[in-house]
Amino acid sequence: MRPRHASENALRAREFEAYVAGAGGRLLHTATLLTAEPRDANPRARRLLALSLAHTYACWDRLHGEDPYDHTRQHLATRFARGAWHQHGGLLRSRPRPGGPLAGLSPQERLVLVLRLREGIAEEQTAALLGLPAERVRAVFNRAMATVLRPPGPPAPAVGGARAVPS
Amino acid sequence: MAAMRREATVRRLLEQSPPPVPPDLHADAVRRGARILRRRTLARRVLWLLLLATTVAFTVWALTSRPWVEPPSETTPPLTGW
Repeated sequence: MRPRHASENALRAREFEAYVAGAGGRLLHTATLLTAEPRDANPRARRLLALSLAHTYACWDRLHGEDPYDHTRQHLATRFARGAWHQHGGLLRSRPRPGGPLAGLSPQERLVLVLRLREGIAEEQTAALLGLPAERVRAVFNRAMATVLRPPGPPAPAVGGARAVPS
Repeated sequence: MAAMRREATVRRLLEQSPPPVPPDLHADAVRRGARILRRRTLARRVLWLLLLATTVAFTVWALTSRPWVEPPSETTPPLTGW
């Protein structure tokens, strides 16, 4: 029993290592886009990804043929969605300087844009993943597209103004 | 058509300059994942232990107090001397 157990553990460790080596880069890029951190200073994205990968590691035996990449990505998205409002800056922590191509977007806009375009998840599935109505996902997506495609220059104050109106 | 072109533009924007992967990503994930597994095992053990303790306590109580036996009557006076 003991040797078989040990060999199963070794197999699982090898599989997981291969999975991280293969998917880690792409997932880290996704996480960095979500947190809107600069590409070489992304502690929050690294932490988010490490926690999601740890969760996948813990559930590795129960995946039963399910794609581990899906599992990690789903965990990454929901964890980011749950923790996103912390980013509005607490009393103690100042808001970190945003970077990357999605710096002008709100966390939810970044999440929807990244899931829809970068990960290629359909609108209905994105809505189900985030627990939002599909119409809301479409509206957020369109707003995010408009913000991203706006030519650089005056967008920064315009984004602030546009976000101040509905609230 | 225009929407597809816009989407392609944003997609290209999202694909560029991926961040460098930290070398300790795998080790970190395994360390945290193993901790999650340890905690789960511990929680499961504690719950099983609690269930066992409850079962034992209930059995002992039932065997000592025998709640299914009709208790002796305390209202009727003893029937003596008739």
